[in-house]
Amino acid sequence: MEALLAITIGVLVAASVYLMLARNVLRFIFGLVLISNAANLTIFTAGRLTEGKPPLVPEGLDAPVGTVANALPQALVLTAIVIGFGLFAFALVLVFRAYTSLGTLNSDEMRVAEPREDART
Amino acid sequence: MSWYLATPLVLPFLTAVLSFLLRMGPAGRWISVGGNVLLLLAAAALMQQVLREGVIAGQMGQWAAPFGITLVADLLGAVMVVITAITALAVSVYALSDIGERAEYLGYHALFNVLIGGVVGAFLTGDLFNLYVWFEVMLISSFGLLVLGGRREQIDGGVKYVTLNLISTILFLAGVGLLYGMTGTLNMADLARTVPQLENQGLVTVVAVMFMIAFGVKAAVFPLFFWLPAAYHTPAFSVSAVFAGLLTKVGVYALIRMFTLVFNGDVGFTHDILLWVAALTMITGVLGAAAQNDIRKILSFHIVSQIGYMILGLALLTPLAVAGAVFYLVHHIIVKANLFLVGGVVERLTGSTELPKIGGLYKSAPLLAVLFLIPAFSLAGFPPLSGFWAKYVLVAASLEVEAWVLAGVALVVGLLTIYSMTKIWAEAFWKAHPEGIDPVMSRVPRAQMRPLLLPIAALAALTLVIGFFPEPFVVFAERAAAQLLDPSAYLAAVLGGDA
Repeated sequence: MEALLAITIGVLVAASVYLMLARNVLRFIFGLVLISNAANLTIFTAGRLTEGKPPLVPEGLDAPVGTVANALPQALVLTAIVIGFGLFAFALVLVFRAYTSLGTLNSDEMRVAEPREDART
Repeated sequence: MSWYLATPLVLPFLTAVLSFLLRMGPAGRWISVGGNVLLLLAAAALMQQVLREGVIAGQMGQWAAPFGITLVADLLGAVMVVITAITALAVSVYALSDIGERAEYLGYHALFNVLIGGVVGAFLTGDLFNLYVWFEVMLISSFGLLVLGGRREQIDGGVKYVTLNLISTILFLAGVGLLYGMTGTLNMADLARTVPQLENQGLVTVVAVMFMIAFGVKAAVFPLFFWLPAAYHTPAFSVSAVFAGLLTKVGVYALIRMFTLVFNGDVGFTHDILLWVAALTMITGVLGAAAQNDIRKILSFHIVSQIGYMILGLALLTPLAVAGAVFYLVHHIIVKANLFLVGGVVERLTGSTELPKIGGLYKSAPLLAVLFLIPAFSLAGFPPLSGFWAKYVLVAASLEVEAWVLAGVALVVGLLTIYSMTKIWAEAFWKAHPEGIDPVMSRVPRAQMRPLLLPIAALAALTLVIGFFPEPFVVFAERAAAQLLDPSAYLAAVLGGDA
């Protein structure tokens, strides 16, 4: 199971790096979404996988009995997903705004803040 | 005891909420100023407590370390909180006159104070995942501040700033995951204990490099700094100043923390990379600045070159060098924020920060000229200003370990910094205005001018104090460095006496 997830993470990272190398900023954002999911899966996998043993405490006891799944990585991933969602919502709006006000999605043509030397004169 | 730690953390968020609710009218901005006065008091109380009792730690929600989230303040953390509070107060006073009602309505003060809260959190946390969360708090509020107002330039700079910072965040997160997978803990003190016992030290080094890249992007080191000069000259001057003073320094702080506490097993590899990075960062930053003609762009590139000095201190990893890095951090935050604030006044008086378009400020605004000279010469390292001592300690530390080339680089970069500063001086202050207009101080109403000049004067005075009485500050930096290099007090405070 770990091997399968590791390969999945690898594929996700490869695909997202490919997307992020594009000049189109929208593609870049999609790549970013993919790679953040790869990072989340990394945390999840790094916490060791336990199948079909939810970390529940039986009634009347203080701790779960026997081997149960590690609950901490899930909490971490959940936090990271929520944070990532907020950031990507912002990034998408920003890219949309960039498209409407700069008229391009090509990062090479985004030179308003840093005009070319030859264009300045 | 944990009240000392929690108060500086809670105050900025409280201020943010109140100033957002009362953002119509003048109440919001005064709440921001008041909140930051309280923050400074809380930071001073924390500092006093740390000086009296050594490292203090508090377990949030009474979950014992390493299971709960730990807040911890050693000398470095405490001094960073104090300096954050000073910068925040200065900038919130400056914002009284710099930030328009439109930006206030859009929530400037709330975003600003959340940013400060994120910075303080990053300095006080003792938990790696919690550090990630504080980075995100900082990041999302800085995104908002950067594009607030939505001018084309800002959107353009914002795209670069947002995308590159998100990559660094994801690398950080993946690094946290891998480190957790190896050690089963995220508490920094616990990591310091468990990481050296791991069998696979090669993997630790790999993760260390991931953290180095992630924090390197935040700290804007070579070759990862390109987002900084693309974005820092676009927002309002108050925003530029607080970004320039604090944000990259959080990256440097995280580097110092992780590479003294956790990743110090393979120093020959990781800290050698840092040495190269330090030298190249200093050089590329200062050369980039030399090519620019806009005050804020010049200053932005100088942030990059100055970061190199701090990384140099960390990379050498001798007591004197780390003390130099701590001293440099403190000096740099004050000076850099101040220079951006001066840039704001220059823009108010002349209508631009592009050097070919402005001039004549020395004649019409001599007070501003003097106030510019103090941080500018301090940045370049003129004795007896604070920058001189900061550079002196670092160069002395390089010579001590016979790193002649690095000492040479540090000195030459200091020289080139003078070139940039005298360029601003000659163009903006000394030469006559190209169109023959005199930028008169009285063109801006006195009531508007006072909140602009007051923080500049206060920060300049602080630079002078550090410059004329460096002794206690250097002694303090040495104590902080000793704590960083021998983390036993840190471990004992977080994990209890048995560590």
